[in-house]
Order: sequence, then C-alpha cells, then structure tokens
Amino acid sequence: MSVVSLFFYLFSGVLIASAVMVVSSRNPVHAVLFLILAFFNAAGLFLLMGAEFLAMILIVVYVGAVAVLFLFVVMMLDVDFAELRQGFLQYLPLGALLTAIFFLELALVLGTWQLAPDALALRKAATAMPVDAMNARALGRVLYTEYVYFFQAAGLILLVAMIGAIVLTLREREGVRRQSIPQQNARTKAGSMVVVDVPVGQGVSNEGVFRKDAAGQKV
Amino acid sequence: MVDYTPPAKKSLVGPIILGTLAFVGLAVAAFVAFVVLRYLVVQTTWFVPLLVVAGKTLLLLAGLLIFIAYILLADRKIWAAVQLRRGPNVVGPFGLLQSFADFLKFVLKEPVVPASADKVLFLLAPLLTCVLALAAWAVIPVNAGWAIADINVGVLYIFAISSLGVYGIIIGGWASNSKYPFLGALRSAAQMVSYEVSIGFVIITVLMIVGSLNLTDIVIAQQDKGIANMLGVPWFTMLNWFFIPLFPMFVIFFISALAETNRPPFDLPEAESELVAGFMSEYGSTPYLLFMLGEYVAIMTMCALTVILFLGGWTPPLAIAPFTWVPGVVWFVLKVCVVFFGFAMVKAMVPRYRYDQLMRLGWKVFLPLSLAAVVIVAGVLQITGWYR
Repeated sequence: MSVVSLFFYLFSGVLIASAVMVVSSRNPVHAVLFLILAFFNAAGLFLLMGAEFLAMILIVVYVGAVAVLFLFVVMMLDVDFAELRQGFLQYLPLGALLTAIFFLELALVLGTWQLAPDALALRKAATAMPVDAMNARALGRVLYTEYVYFFQAAGLILLVAMIGAIVLTLREREGVRRQSIPQQNARTKAGSMVVVDVPVGQGVSNEGVFRKDAAGQKV
Repeated sequence: MVDYTPPAKKSLVGPIILGTLAFVGLAVAAFVAFVVLRYLVVQTTWFVPLLVVAGKTLLLLAGLLIFIAYILLADRKIWAAVQLRRGPNVVGPFGLLQSFADFLKFVLKEPVVPASADKVLFLLAPLLTCVLALAAWAVIPVNAGWAIADINVGVLYIFAISSLGVYGIIIGGWASNSKYPFLGALRSAAQMVSYEVSIGFVIITVLMIVGSLNLTDIVIAQQDKGIANMLGVPWFTMLNWFFIPLFPMFVIFFISALAETNRPPFDLPEAESELVAGFMSEYGSTPYLLFMLGEYVAIMTMCALTVILFLGGWTPPLAIAPFTWVPGVVWFVLKVCVVFFGFAMVKAMVPRYRYDQLMRLGWKVFLPLSLAAVVIVAGVLQITGWYR
C-alpha cells in the first residue's frame, strides 16, 4: 500500500465519519464543526487527485467563508434540535424517497461510466492531461473560453440571490439619525460655527446664537 | 540515647547484575534501532525525504519562534518608545529575555477551564489558532528555493490557511460560554470574512501580473521584469518591486492585513475597553499563550506575504556589489522587520476603529477600490502588453 492510498483511506474515512457526525451530533454547533472537518477532508481528496486549485478554493470558499457564516447563524439562533426532531417519523417517507432517488442517480452515473459499450475508450479520453498541468491555468482556459456564457449565467444567478437576500432583509427605519461620512467630511468652519461678539453685561441673545447647516442657512 | 546501628554492608552483586543487564539491554536496543533505521534508509524510498522535510520544518519553526520572541519584544519596545516609556528592561540585558520569561510564566501557571465551558472545544480553539498560523509557513520561501513545500498554489494556500484562523477565535469565544467572549467571536467572524474579500482581490492583481500562484515565481517576477528594466537600469531592482506599480494595492493590503490579524486599530474582537479581553477573556496560562503565539505568527505570515507580494521577497534593493553579497534570507528578514515596524507604529499611533466604521471601510471603500483595481490592472496588462 502506497502512501497515497494510505492518505486516501485516511481522508475518506474521516470524511465519512464526520459526515455521519454532522447528522447525528446533538449540539448544532458541533454538527457545523464536523461539517467543516468533512469539507477539509474533501479538500484533501481533491489534493490527492491532483486538483490542488479546487482543493484550495474549496477551503477558501466553503471552510473560510460559507461555514463561518453557518457557524455564526447557528451560534446566534440557539436552535433547539430536540424540537426539530419531533417530526422525524412524519418526514421519514419523503426523506427515504429523496435518498433513493439520489442513490439511483449516483448508480446511473457510475454505471454508465463502467458499463457503457465504449467505457474503456471514454476513460482513456478523459485522462488526457494538458501539456502544462498547471491547475489554475488549465481551468481558466476552459472556463473563460468554452464555458464563458455558463460562467456569466452562474454569476448572474448568484447576483440575483444576493440582491434578493438584501431586499428581503433591508429595512429603512424612520426617525433614525444615520452617520453620513461625506456630509461630515464636507463640514467647514464657516458652515458649522459662528463667532459671536458678546457685548459686556448683556450676554448672548437668542438672535445671536443659531446653527447653520452645510449650505449656511439658519436652522 | 538513640540506638545506632551501623548500615549493613551492601553486596555489590545486585548492582553489577543490574548494570550488566542495563548495558546489554541498551546495546540490544541500539542494535535494533540501527537495523530498523538501516532498513528504512536503504529499503524504502520515503524515509529519507521524510527525515529531510522534518529537519527543515524543525529548523524553520525554531528560527521562526525565536524570531517571534524578539518581534514581540520589539513590538513592546516600539510601543513604549512612542509613549516615552522604557518598555520591558528588567529580564536580561535591555530586557532581551523578557519574552522567554513571559513564556515560562504562562507555561507554569494553572490552566483554568470554566465549569460551564465546552471543554474539548475550549482547549481545541487555541491549539487550532497556533497550529494553523504555523502551518502557513510551510510554503513561504525565505530565500531562493528555501521553501519547505514549493507548491503551485502557494498564495492560495496561505490565503486559505489565514482564512481558517477565524475558527480559533469563533470556537474559543463560543466554547467559553460567556457573554464578552461570544461578542468578540461574532465581531471577529464578520471582520475577518469582510477583509478577506479585499485581500483576495489585491492578491489577484499581483497574480495577473505574475501569471503564477507560486510564491517563488512571484518573487522571481519582481527580479526579472518591471519598471527598472523598462527604464534601462536593471541594477536598481527596488524599482522592479510591485509596490511601485501597485502602490494603492500595497496600502489596501497592509491595512487589510491589520484587520485580518486583529491588530490595532482593528482589534475589536478583543477590545479591552468594551469586551474585557474579547474572545480571550476566559483564557489563562498555556491556552492563552497559544492564542497570543498564533496571533503573532499570523502577523508574521502577513508581513512575509507583504514582502513576497510587494517588496521583492529575498531580492536585494540594489543589485550591485555590497548588496548582492548579503544572503537573500537576511534581506527577507530585514524587509519583514520593516513591515512589522509599520504594524507596530500603527498600533502605537492610531486609535481603535468603531465597529460600523470598520465594516464601512471594508465593504464600501476597500472592496470597490480593489475590484476597480482588478479591472484596471487587467485592462492595462491586456492593452500595453507589459510584464509579458
């Protein structure tokens, strides 16, 4: 057994174990942490396949950003999982159906790869490596030429999702004084202070003390 | 009167037998070890490279940790000098052994785990911070070919590892099961994710110029081509470094690095005037030490990354005689020190940001600026054909 297969079994073993722990652990925060461990091992598997760029992107995007926000939300929400599990039996048929469909599709994908009449030729064609095996460059060449429209479409879908989330959550409350940095920076001495020549013994009359806005108007 | 009984004469037989047995045992153990080692060295292909990597790693780690002990002292001394104090000056000459005294103090203290804390995660968090911060150094080339792992996606690796640093803070803050640490953890999560975005874009501008994700390639690109070569003064290598053509990016990267490593003025996760000590409130002794060590290692990583991306890595500022005699690693360390001096001065001079201002700076100032820079740099490279 070579070192590579040793690491393969290590990564896949930990990956499966942590995936099981994601759905079975009692504490939601622990579940998210196991999910992160699963991501990490998936990145390790990518590395073993030579897809170093994908592995790093998986860690940067999923572990470094998405999972942080997951964790953020789960910690804030204080989800009561015991309550969530009440309807377990009720949803069991639906869940089982989805699982069956998923496994069927997986079997179809792998089956065609193995059993198609020209499977051997297909597999040989797929393993043709580009001359310069630089991951990032090879991906970029395909992504921004052949698949550029799909790439743009995916970007637009993400943008729509982002705008949707902002529209749903943004609320402009009335009567809240907000800080406006441009306005603060535009403040000048002339617009914001007045030097009053106070006559001795008379004090400052109401007439003399006033505030001006940025345009120099009395407020 | 006390009865005095002379000690019984000890027989020498026991010790002799024991000694002989121990000697034979040692000899057998040494022989077995020799045979196993010989087998590993001669018969297997992986053992010697493993030993070499382990040796390199140990060397780098030892050097890095001792360097950080003095960087820590320098940080405190600079801070003190700005405030017209003396700083630590008691342990050792000029306080040179202060960091080691602090280290011993932390290690010898009793670690206290709060009763209601999640104990495993509570202790895992500082370990995670420290290990992740040290792991980033695996790919940093301190001289030509001196990286432990000279991988193709070096920049991405460092970016990924530094983005994982947030987990130590979040987990520590949550596992403490206490208000202030939790608030610190939440702040840190939002802050580090925000500033990663602009750091990513800044790195992309450099990558577009270099055309490679490898850290060694990035440094070599600053040696071979650039402004100095265009002006016809190739010995003036300083002009080749990317901090001149990408000066705005250099500034954004420096400030984002401060935020990413939770340094003042962006140390809101541990803002002591608001949150006691933030995510570290419940920590003491060795776990606290690990947090602090991880933080300083992360700062060093960011300094090293600044040096590699913008300040020409190990290359000398002028490629003429007295400068080229100095080995590259010395230049690298010197440049890291200069960048760290910037970090320390910022800590001493700039007041802490308010949280909404921090978010505004990240999302409304740095993100548009760096995004625009990516477009501009790409356009300029495409149109003019520089750096081909």
